[in-house]
Amino acid sequence: MKQVFKRPESLSKTPFHYCPGCDHGVVHRLVGEAIDELELKNRAIGVAPVGCSVFAYDYFDFDFNQAPHGRAPAVATGIKRTRPDAIVFTYQGDGDLAAIGTAEIIHAANRGENITVIFINNAIYGMTGGQMAPTTLIGMKTATSPYGRDASTAGNPIRMSEIIATLESPAYVTRVAVNNPANLMKAKKAIYNAFKLQKEGKGFSFVEVVSICPTNWGKKPADSHKWLAENMLPVFPPGTFKDVHGVEKA
Amino acid sequence: MAKVLMKGNEAIGEAAVLAGCRYYFGYPITPQSELPAYLSKRLPQVDGVFVQAESEVAAINMVYGAGSAGARVMTSSSSPGISLKQEGISYIAGAEVPCLIVNVVRGGPGLGNIAPAQSDYWQATRGGGHGDYRTLVLAPNSVQEMADMTIEGFELADRFRNPVLLLSDGVLGQMMEPVNLPEPRDYDVNSKKWALGYPGKDKAERNLCSSIFLDVEELEEHNWHLYQKYQVMTDLFSEGQYKDFAVEEHLCDDAEIILVGYGIISRILKTVVEKCRKRGIKAGLLRPKVLWPFPTKAIQRLADKAANFLCVEMSCGQMVEDVKLAVNGKKPVYFFGRTGGTIPSDFEILNEVDKIVRPD
Amino acid sequence: MSSKVERIILAGFGGQGILFLGKVLAETGMRAGKNVSWIPSYGPEMRGGTANCTVILSENEIASPMVTVPDTVIAMNRPSVARFNLKIKAGGMLMYNSSLIERQEFRDDIRLVEIPASDIAEELGNGKVANLVMAGAYAKFSKLFTVEDLYKALPDFMPGSKKELLEINHTAVEKGFNYVEEKKYMFGRYVYSVFKGI
Repeated sequence: MKQVFKRPESLSKTPFHYCPGCDHGVVHRLVGEAIDELELKNRAIGVAPVGCSVFAYDYFDFDFNQAPHGRAPAVATGIKRTRPDAIVFTYQGDGDLAAIGTAEIIHAANRGENITVIFINNAIYGMTGGQMAPTTLIGMKTATSPYGRDASTAGNPIRMSEIIATLESPAYVTRVAVNNPANLMKAKKAIYNAFKLQKEGKGFSFVEVVSICPTNWGKKPADSHKWLAENMLPVFPPGTFKDVHGVEKA
Repeated sequence: MAKVLMKGNEAIGEAAVLAGCRYYFGYPITPQSELPAYLSKRLPQVDGVFVQAESEVAAINMVYGAGSAGARVMTSSSSPGISLKQEGISYIAGAEVPCLIVNVVRGGPGLGNIAPAQSDYWQATRGGGHGDYRTLVLAPNSVQEMADMTIEGFELADRFRNPVLLLSDGVLGQMMEPVNLPEPRDYDVNSKKWALGYPGKDKAERNLCSSIFLDVEELEEHNWHLYQKYQVMTDLFSEGQYKDFAVEEHLCDDAEIILVGYGIISRILKTVVEKCRKRGIKAGLLRPKVLWPFPTKAIQRLADKAANFLCVEMSCGQMVEDVKLAVNGKKPVYFFGRTGGTIPSDFEILNEVDKIVRPD
Repeated sequence: MSSKVERIILAGFGGQGILFLGKVLAETGMRAGKNVSWIPSYGPEMRGGTANCTVILSENEIASPMVTVPDTVIAMNRPSVARFNLKIKAGGMLMYNSSLIERQEFRDDIRLVEIPASDIAEELGNGKVANLVMAGAYAKFSKLFTVEDLYKALPDFMPGSKKELLEINHTAVEKGFNYVEEKKYMFGRYVYSVFKGI
């Protein structure tokens, strides 16, 4: 019998600890598939952030560094400069990448480090218990915005893909979602493209995945995906903001 | 090789290259700026990597990344910048990644000034960042030692899989002295089996650099493992292989008063000892060359013989606490310090000695 | 001046090549087989419009590289004389750039050496080599290196320099060395009080 579905080689056999319905598992799988398909498993080195995906190293079956909060792009820089043949990627959430690590991500992008960044944007701090993130929507209630995010005191949701796309150095900046099969296929392709560019030595690639957090949003997974489509995607519209080498057309 | 007249900061840079270091990540701050400037020129000549990071925080994390991938790697800064690096140093110590960190100490607290100081002793020797960890701290007192201890620092970092801190100051960084540079040595980025991307490992194996142990028992086990390593280091530096490397004693055997100081202060104290001897005062100098592990045993031995100790620092009194712990009440321990960037003169120290040994 | 050790403070305006002059003396001493140290201005004296550095040449190991009481002060401008005059060891030496510093009431317990270094340098067509004129003059007094040592080391201080510039440098050193010989030096000629200072 032909096997049509299996665990990617790049993923370990450790079961995910993520909450039911969480998108992390899906995106981990997409990363694993991309690395398998590009035959990069033996060269891959991941950098785990601080946040829910702090244990990402348990789920991928290759070398990993666990970085301080927000510093993954700097750690990845050190690894990639030391081992230029390695395929180095960071996997970061919105608190990690868009708040405490803003400087690190902007400057790694601006140096055009030949690394791949997978950015999970679910508009909330997951691991610390649902606090307001830089990407939290206006009016959205969280543990630290109990009256809803107020733009006059907490600013507006920050759009990292758009910001990074203004820089000259990055090769590929795109935003995707995994809320339905069509978007999932686009996300899979985007992550594949990002690693392909790195494999070819073409520079910095950045994939933002607009995601859900059912637990801290206080919604069921299906409702969360509906809420994402109705509320998140208008603020964080999917699309490709930069594709210097035309990888999407190739 | 013939002697070369070099600034201390530049000597560190050249010595790093000769030690096989090919990776430097840093951020500008006075008075260490000659070091990154030197390496930005030198490293590309040997196919090395120089990155001026966006912050001290980023720089130390690049060091963490490069070190975890097996590089012989360093960063440098001055006091306020070293404060910023503490987060990364804690992770590096926790994940047991070797690297060299240079602190060309300037006056603090806060922005302080750019003049030389020794007020980062506590930060350097107590760990500095969060958690139960230690860094090995070397304290050169000449441009020659800036070079020698840089090379030794890389070796010690690799041997113990621990960050090594070179604690210098503004004078040592800026001064020029003749240096004998050693022969270059090779370093293989694939010499560490635990490193990320190490090519020689079995397909089933994978390497992980991490300082997270969420399970309480696991973290306790890890912390005791670190503690045991620190104990081994302490033994090697107080009684074992590095005993002579760790401390310099000058005319201590018959001394009635022992002057204790490290770094540039120890040079001034040597002049004070000479002057004391000319005046009939039996003074000696004890100079810790390694500040952690502290040469407690060497001081304990002298506490049985000498009558008094005078600790001199460019701070309001930090190392003196370690001296007191070592002397343990056996003899009086006095302190004299200047701070804020002032360097004490041999005359004022001599005056302090007089007050102790000739109180009338 | 002790034959074993020479402690020198060099001072002047920023731009007069003071740190470089210090380096020239230190490097020449090192090549002559002596122990040397060089420290740029540090501490409170770095304020007040003067650049200065400290050089020690010694036959023995240099313990403290700091100098509280210099054997010699080389002063390239007036504020430097005011700042360091009283620190000079009794029996020590003040060498000063008489192009910019007028004769005045100095201490009577030090040797005074006046050299119109800036004028000599201008005559050579390059005011910037006044520092090397002073280096030549100092070679006259040093017991730890000779003017020949200085000539020998000179081309290496500015690698890649044009031939003409190297020639000017050489002449500047020569002029400084010879000026001292021709003019002789004064000793206690302008007698006044140590306490009044200047």
